[in-house]
This record gives sequence, C-alpha cells and structure tokens, in this order.
Amino acid sequence: MSAQQVNREGQVRRALSALRRDPLALTGSLVLAVLVVVGVGGSWLAPSGINEVDVDRMLQAPSWAHPFGTDELGRDVLSRVMVAARVSLQVGLVSVGIALAVGVTLGLFAGYYRGWLDNVLMRCMDVLFAFPVLLLAVAIVAVLGPGLTTAMVAIGVVYTPIFARVTRAGVLSVREQVFVRAAVSVGASDLRIMRRHVLPNIAAPLIVQTSLSLAFAILSEAALSFLGLGVQPPDPAWGRMLFDGRGFVTEAWWLGFFPGAAIFLTVLAFNLVGDALRDVLDPRQLTVSEARRSTA
Amino acid sequence: MARFVIRRLLQSAVVLLGVTLVVFLLLQLVPGDPVRVALGTRFDPQTYEALRARAGLDQPLVVQYFDYLRRALTGDLGVSFRSGRPVTAIVLERLPATLSLAVTAVVFAMLIAFPLGIVSAIRSGSLVDHAARVFSQFGVSVPDFWMGIMGILLFSGVLGWLPPSGYVALTEDPGRWASHVALPAATVGLVTASILTRFIRSSMLEVLSEDYVRTAEAKGLRTRVVVLRHVLRNALIPVVTVVAVQLASLLGGVIVIEVLFAWPGIGRLTYDAVAARDYPVLQGAVLLVAALFLLVNLLVDILYARLDPRITVK
Repeated sequence: MSAQQVNREGQVRRALSALRRDPLALTGSLVLAVLVVVGVGGSWLAPSGINEVDVDRMLQAPSWAHPFGTDELGRDVLSRVMVAARVSLQVGLVSVGIALAVGVTLGLFAGYYRGWLDNVLMRCMDVLFAFPVLLLAVAIVAVLGPGLTTAMVAIGVVYTPIFARVTRAGVLSVREQVFVRAAVSVGASDLRIMRRHVLPNIAAPLIVQTSLSLAFAILSEAALSFLGLGVQPPDPAWGRMLFDGRGFVTEAWWLGFFPGAAIFLTVLAFNLVGDALRDVLDPRQLTVSEARRSTA
Repeated sequence: MARFVIRRLLQSAVVLLGVTLVVFLLLQLVPGDPVRVALGTRFDPQTYEALRARAGLDQPLVVQYFDYLRRALTGDLGVSFRSGRPVTAIVLERLPATLSLAVTAVVFAMLIAFPLGIVSAIRSGSLVDHAARVFSQFGVSVPDFWMGIMGILLFSGVLGWLPPSGYVALTEDPGRWASHVALPAATVGLVTASILTRFIRSSMLEVLSEDYVRTAEAKGLRTRVVVLRHVLRNALIPVVTVVAVQLASLLGGVIVIEVLFAWPGIGRLTYDAVAARDYPVLQGAVLLVAALFLLVNLLVDILYARLDPRITVK
C-alpha cells in the first residue's frame, strides 16, 4: 500500500469520524439518509397516488388521513412531497455531476499545462462567473425549453466554473510537489500523472465543494421549478408545488409550508454535512482564528 | 495603483466581450427559428420578415455578432419581438424598481448583520454567538421564495399589516412604496444578512487574534476603544467587497422574489420575456445585469485596493 493510499484512507476515516462526533453533521447525515430512502422508494412509500384527484377532499387541512393536507385538486400533499424528493435528489446529483466532470477536467488541464490553455479556459470561466447564477440558468432553460433535463444541464453549466477554479488552484500547488516531478522523470504520461497523482491529492476540496454545491443546486432547481421552468405538471417538484400553492396561501397555509420545509431541511442537511467535511478535509478554508480554536 | 486599475479595466473589458458573445449565442441556441417561435399564432409573413431583418438574422453568424456588438456599444439592444419597442428603453424602465428593492434589501441586511456579526465575534461562544451562527445557517439554507410566501401568510393574511404584492414608485408615494417594498426587501434582506453576519463574524475573529490587538489590550486600552479603533477598521475592509457583491447579485438575482411579489423590475421582465419568448428582451436584460455585475465588481476591487494597499502588491 502506497503512502498516498494510506493518506487517502486516513482522510476518509477522519471525515467519517468527524461526521459521527459532530451532532449537527450527524443530524444532517440522518436527514440525508431519510431523504435517500424517500427519494428511492417514494412511489411505494407514499400513502396515496400523486395524481389521485378528488374534488370532494380539496384544500383539506392536515389531518390523520392527510398529515400534510390536500391541494386544490384534492391530491395528498404528503405523497407529492415524498415523490418530489426524487426530483430534487436527481437534479442535485446529475447537475453537480455535470459541473464536477466538466469543471474538474477543465481545471486539471488549465492548472497542469498552464500557459495559453490556462488563460483561455479561465477567461471562459470568468465570463460564466459574470452572470448571476439563477439568471444564467433561467436564460439557458428559456432557450432550450423548460423541463427536467434542461434544468439539470443549466444548473450543471452555471456551477462548472467554481469546480474549475477549485481544481485549478489545487493542481497548481500539487504539480510542484516532488512526487509529481518524480513521476515525470520516470516517463509517466501527462494523463496518468493527472489521474494517479494529481487528482487524488486535490480530492478533499472537491468533496467539500460537491457537498456544498448539492445544496445550492437543489435550491436552484426549486427556484427554476417555482418559475415553471423545471419539472412540468402533473409531476411533482417542491418548487412547483410552492408556485401552485401561492395563490391559496392565506386559505391553505399547508400548500406553501410543507414543500418549502422539505427544501429547507434538505439544503440545511447538505450544508451541515458540507461544513463538517470542510472542517476536516479542507482546513485551509477555515479562518485563522477558527483554525486556532479547533487545534487548541 | 494605476497599473492595477488599468489591468483590472482590461480584464473586465475582455470578460464583457465574452459576456456579449454568450448573450448573442443564446438566441442561436433556440431550437428552430426564434422569430417564428416568438410570433407563434400571431405569425404573419410581413411582421416575420421585418423582425428577422431588424434582428439581423438574415446575415451570416459572424456578421450578426459584430453587428450586435456594434449596436450594443451604442446602446441599441434591438427591438422587442412582442411590442416592437426598443429593448434598451424597456430594460431601463424596469431598472429603478429593481434598484430600489436591492438597495433596501442590502440596507436592511446591514442593519441586522453588522451588530449581530460584531457582537457574536466579540462574545465568541456566548448565547448571542450561537444565535448568530444558527441564524447564518438558517439564512443560507432557506429558499427565499418560501420565506416570502410565509411572510405573505403572516403579515398580509393573518396580521393584515402589509400588502401581499404590488409596486408603487418611491417618487410617487414614499409611504405606500415603503409598505410595498417591506416584505420583498425583508425576504431578500434576511438571506443577505445571514451571509454578511457569517462573514463579519469570521473577519472580526481573524483580526481579534492579531498581535496588534493583543498589544493594544496589553497597553490597558478599554475593550470599546480596542474594538472601535483597531479591530473594526481592519475587519470591515473585506466586508465592503461582500456587501457590494451581494448588491450586485441582487440586481439580477431576485427573479423569483420579483415574480412572487409582482415587483416590476428586471427579474420580472426576464420572467415575462421567457414566458412570451421575447428573446431580444431576454438578451437585453441578461446583458444589462451581467454588465452591472461586472461594473460593481470592478469598482469594488478598485475601492478595496484603495482601502488596503496590500491588494495592489499581491
């Protein structure tokens, strides 16, 4: 087993142990675990069908039969909130996956080769950074057409620059390390060096960034769905449910409350886990005083 | 300093050029003919040809881009596919509403964040500090539009204190403007306040652990003097950047809030342009917001370099 592998396994162990020891991170992890179960099995676990319309029971307040109440078409809000969890998770994972794959590749090449390639790629990232995130996502979805797939692509595009920057910053420091120069001297190819030696050593900030980006991606998807640019009816999405429920907010508070609470809890859980991971895996991002206190 | 300013100006110019290219290419991404898509059932050959020619879509792509760039530099962003009015006039009409909302929200955020961030840093580990950290975590996790809906429910539905939506210009009736702006500004402002509180707290803690602060304390200076004279002045320099960046992002990032509260600003205009497939208006709004965003960032960098000369050296 190489020293690098030992180091990496040590990082994973430290991260898991930190998640267990930090009550907030542990709570966040538990919420995420529940979310995954609900997201995967939502259709089977939901007490009613998500599109079961029943005008006799429309806008019913929360009760034992319908713990989250019913909407303007008499559909069970709890069932729709549960099934919509899958959409949020799916959008979060796919869009951050796109941003991670593209951003890391661009950042790796920019940081490793530097020179004109670095300049061109990073100026392109600067251009994308010049747009407010949601505005660019709205513009992309507007031209490509609303829907789940385009929402995922749009969110993936707007979060790509941050991954490219984080990766490039890591590569610039790692490529000067002795073990990289040693790999070059024994004739290892650039791609092999990037894959085997550089990438594993910049994994920590990328894991942290991924965790925090998942939270923002879920918020962005909810905002796009709220604007009618994400998941299309009758499929449920938390943002869309909020949009549909806003017209009834004063007479049926539960239509606005529960889908929003689901978004809030999910984003909070990702943020809590992300913060805990950052404290362990990427202590450079801590402020000086926080670092001093954490080592005291 | 002059070299730094020139370098930042050149960088911003290059990025702005890239921004115009992205905005221009947005129209090319529309599947099919954008004018035909925009006209929909209102299609008639004469209007179609006139709009295509006015938008320059009958020219080769490269010619189209340079023409777009040339016109944009002179303030001509084309005409709306829907109303036929100049896009520049349409977008500029909406700017005051967005500006008034963004500035009010940032002022509201600062009124909360500065005292909370400063006190939580000075009394690190206290009840106030814990409350500030909970507030920060809440703010960065809560969807602002959900908070807006809950605000409407409480302040309009239950208490009946504020109107649920709508807009009155500040110049028309300041009192009614204030009652209309209160809910949307508080909604956006609370989220901004949580980000600022976090930043002010960590910036203050960093300065509090500096040697010169310890020296000032060792000299026997009172805590109030140390904080006001030595800590605040240094800790608040980076906060300037964050406040300005928050303001810049609010200029283009409050689409959802403007839609929720029927606030007729740039965000609402963007939303309406998307719904109506009025692509020139969409392009104009996006370009203006990105340009404003770049301008604010440029001004902040220059201001920051003036306040902290170490920046130009770096």
